[in-house]
Amino acid sequence: MTSSMFQVRIHGRGGQGAVTGAEMLSVAAFVEGRHAQAFPSFGSERTGAPVVAFCRIAEKEIRLREPILEPDCLIVQDATLFKVVDVFAGLRPGGYLLVNTNKTLAELHIQEVVARLPHGHSVIVPATELALKHVGRPLPNAALLGAFAALTNVVHFDSVKRAIEQTFSGKIGATNAAAAISAFEYVMAQQQPARVA
Amino acid sequence: MLKQIEGSHAMAEAIALCRPEVICAYPITPQTHIVEGLADLIREGRLTNCEYINVESEFAALSVAIGASAAGARAYTATASQGLLFMAEAVYNASGLGLPIVMTLGNRAIGAPINIWNDHSDAMAMRDAGWLQLFAEDNQEAVDLHIQAFRLAEELSMPVMVCVDGFILTHAMERIDIPNQAEVDAYLPPYDPVQVLDPAEPMSIGAMVGPEAFTEVRFLAHYKQSQALRLIPQYMAEFANIFGRESGGLLRSYRTQDADLIVVAMGSICGTIKDTIDEMRDEGIRIGLVTIVSYRPFPLDALRNALHGAQDVVVIEKSVAVGMGGQLADNVDVSLRNLPSAPRLHSAVAGLGGRPITRPSLHRLFRQALVQPWEGTHFLDLNERVVGREIHQTRKRRRSGPTAENILRQLAESGNVAAE
Repeated sequence: MTSSMFQVRIHGRGGQGAVTGAEMLSVAAFVEGRHAQAFPSFGSERTGAPVVAFCRIAEKEIRLREPILEPDCLIVQDATLFKVVDVFAGLRPGGYLLVNTNKTLAELHIQEVVARLPHGHSVIVPATELALKHVGRPLPNAALLGAFAALTNVVHFDSVKRAIEQTFSGKIGATNAAAAISAFEYVMAQQQPARVA
Repeated sequence: MLKQIEGSHAMAEAIALCRPEVICAYPITPQTHIVEGLADLIREGRLTNCEYINVESEFAALSVAIGASAAGARAYTATASQGLLFMAEAVYNASGLGLPIVMTLGNRAIGAPINIWNDHSDAMAMRDAGWLQLFAEDNQEAVDLHIQAFRLAEELSMPVMVCVDGFILTHAMERIDIPNQAEVDAYLPPYDPVQVLDPAEPMSIGAMVGPEAFTEVRFLAHYKQSQALRLIPQYMAEFANIFGRESGGLLRSYRTQDADLIVVAMGSICGTIKDTIDEMRDEGIRIGLVTIVSYRPFPLDALRNALHGAQDVVVIEKSVAVGMGGQLADNVDVSLRNLPSAPRLHSAVAGLGGRPITRPSLHRLFRQALVQPWEGTHFLDLNERVVGREIHQTRKRRRSGPTAENILRQLAESGNVAAE
């Protein structure tokens, strides 16, 4: 894979906003003056069915139109997908894993994958819970992007916040941004001791 | 102005900047976001002096556009797949009457079996209907081609279809430069029709034409398309002057100067092919790409010039004429006809019904053309095991059942259902 490109694959279920999440991430990269391409997995969208959305971020024009086969980061919006879909297919050895769950990584039975990734590259965030608290609806996508900024540092959190506020106007934008801040802080808090250890 | 925007919405903005006076809208995936985007622009007051008509079918969509265009209005519509087939009679009428309608085709497969995903079957089904057909490589070009399409259509008084890969482009959000109104106004003059239905000056359009005149009418349609071969590069150059970027044209060559192997393709697959070519060039393989932008008119002379130095040509296309092979390959073959020491031509069909076209598969295909060239039509990434089993079971049993369901059952039994 082109080393100058960062590729994110978002796994979710229809209705969780995987596509909007990928699009907001592309906007966050765009406001930083970078090139980004967000696209859905082109399926018939049904509520609850497994869906995939993609986002590529690069410093130059993106010509590639294939699905993301070797992601640098996986964002998993629903931890029940591990049993249904080969979520980890193609995940790069130095890649990142971000899971929306109330459980711990150990409770998800994905230690094998976590062990393959560099230390501190796998994190969980209760994004649905944070969305319910701040937005009042179980839509984890904005919160997950806040967590993504904390985990990967590929985009700045301020860019994520701008992308969220650009996508959702007024109060909905503000509450989603609040959920993203909480998720960002949640991951930073996890990362600090991990980095020290 | 640079925007991070979905392809469909970017196209809607570009179409609005062309000041259409009638938009006929009927939804069909994957073009729906374009006409929805236009509806939003009218609602927000950003597109004025435009009648937006919700029609009851695709046949009505194009029929209303035909009426509007004949009455002197700049008319636009969009469709895809079965929608294009449902309006097929009107497609021929629009071109036969010489009406400069612009229509976006969000390229999608044609059923049965029903399939909502991208390929070029729909465009190919209407390739000989007398419309000009321009294929966009990316969303920037999709935006730019619409602006050029109105200019071209109205100069020639012929309809233009802008072909945009469904989902891959229509649903991709990326960085797109949206022109401003002054630039578009400088490029695209107001519509000055060559024929108008006007109560003040009554006349008829659409007369019955017998054997004494039909050939001449068709010849002139063919003549207009040959004029387009001259106008398309001219309008590309004028576009570059005003907008500061190159979009459109008849075809584009990429790293072909010293190429032994030249790939020919259309649409969004060309980006992935370019990345593949760069990787193969790094390994010392002399390979290049010719992107066909104008499929109708087909640029025979320009293509002959672009290909004549190569030893091998691989044509890769998202459509198959069942019982014949690739339509694009067939047309490329015509451009090489009677050429002394013409390159060998190898035809590949890929991406049918939305199957992803990946760099690993393209690497294998292009390498195969160099070391083990094939005759006939190659189906990229064909699941030969499944096909073989289905052929075997249809030979064994007379009542072998429906093919599509049999293939799906085989895949389900082998646990080979796509994860997405």
